[in-house]
Amino acid sequence: MQEPFGEYSWLLNLLFYAFFFVFMFYGQKINTYIMLREVEGSLFKLKYIRDEGRKIVIETIKEIGKPQADPTAKVDRFLEYFTISPQSLDPAGIVGKLEHILDVRDTRFKDDVKLMAPATDKTQANNLENTLEAAMALNFIYKVIRHFYLLGKKTLSLYIIMQIQMILPLVMREAEAYASALKAFADGQPIGDGAGALVAAKLTHGYPKRNIAKDCVVATVPIEGRTAYVIKAEGPGGNVGKPGDGVKTIMEENEGKIASIIMVDAALKLEGEEVGEVAEGVGAAIGGPGVDQFKIEESILKYRVPINAVIIKEDIGDAVSPMRKEIFDAVDKAIERIKQVILEKTKEGNRVIIVGVGNTIGIGQ
Amino acid sequence: MSKKSSSTPARISSFVLLVIFITLALSLTALILAISAFNSNEITAYYLLLIGFLGVALSTYVLFQTRKRIKRLSIKTPSVTTTIECRKCGFKSIRDFQRGDYIFKEVDPCQKCNENMLITAIYKEVEEKKKRTRF
Repeated sequence: MQEPFGEYSWLLNLLFYAFFFVFMFYGQKINTYIMLREVEGSLFKLKYIRDEGRKIVIETIKEIGKPQADPTAKVDRFLEYFTISPQSLDPAGIVGKLEHILDVRDTRFKDDVKLMAPATDKTQANNLENTLEAAMALNFIYKVIRHFYLLGKKTLSLYIIMQIQMILPLVMREAEAYASALKAFADGQPIGDGAGALVAAKLTHGYPKRNIAKDCVVATVPIEGRTAYVIKAEGPGGNVGKPGDGVKTIMEENEGKIASIIMVDAALKLEGEEVGEVAEGVGAAIGGPGVDQFKIEESILKYRVPINAVIIKEDIGDAVSPMRKEIFDAVDKAIERIKQVILEKTKEGNRVIIVGVGNTIGIGQ
Repeated sequence: MSKKSSSTPARISSFVLLVIFITLALSLTALILAISAFNSNEITAYYLLLIGFLGVALSTYVLFQTRKRIKRLSIKTPSVTTTIECRKCGFKSIRDFQRGDYIFKEVDPCQKCNENMLITAIYKEVEEKKKRTRF
């Protein structure tokens, strides 16, 4: 039989052995370089998103804030802000400390936004603060990934690069979500996370409201023969309010005579679940650093009040980007579910608290 | 409908491009050699044909992948619509979102009954590609 490459077949054999030995001794190194390339590609994308975010923030400040000087330096300084969480070696009283630090942070952010954009009203300032926070998150993500990339490149350690390469798809998803949030915050559009706030807004529309806690309003609404105290963050600026304090105040005003608390919030869906699915359960449906959840749980424990939760499912991208139609439509379904819970769990003449949790950007009351 | 930001940075390194085009050139040479080798050595010709096709396929795939990555580098701005309704006569109008709009904001008077209209909805519509899954 004729050999395919005739007298050069030895060259093929040599090539085969060369490949075999190269992969045997340098396989891991090659793998490391491939992973580094992959991380580098994502890092490039993160840098682009971060820079675009910074650009959007600066443009928005110039457009609505009418600053006298160029705000670029102030924005760059803001993007590097950090918050140190309280020491947890002795966890007693940590919630109070955390709340204080978060309040200080919030006040500082608001003051800085006012300095950067003096011509803004309260709503615009809140929206701008949210925009800056999204840009800050993008800056932080970029810097962390860059840190691991450069560290991996310096040490050529497969394990350093591998750990960042493994979580990269999730990190990229989060970064893309923040990127789409930027424009929504800058323009003051309602976001998916505002589903709970929209439920409360629909229930309270047309009823008189009063301030119950910092950046929080309440309206007394008759629902199915019961008296409902509906709490939401004060809109339409980007704001989550302090529903924990709101619940505590209403409970104390009523001396604990509350038949049930119903919390409604947007919740992260699992893959395979539909966006806008409404589900029901028990417990304090509220995210964030945990201060408000703690306060609500303390209040319900003091008066032994049952707590129910209604959630509207969405993914991380939907939560911080402009509200999808499916989520908007789910709000009416959630209201129906709340009414059903009220009918099933309380009696006529009872008092209930309904808390619409979430960022109320683009949602009035 | 979605608008994309206009600036897309060029990011294919010249080295990668060089490697892709050298591979492409070598693969095309292999294909030409394969055609001329059919008369003299048929088996070699088949091998060259295989190498040529593999090379062309690989280099075009890498080139398209790199281009795809560049295209993906943009922040999508979805189109958001605002629904305005008259609570009295039910007249409804839908327009693009404008900065300053918010749900339950009172806007211009109704064209039909002159009553103040209300923004009742602000949302975006997303066309999701349904992926076939057994679960």
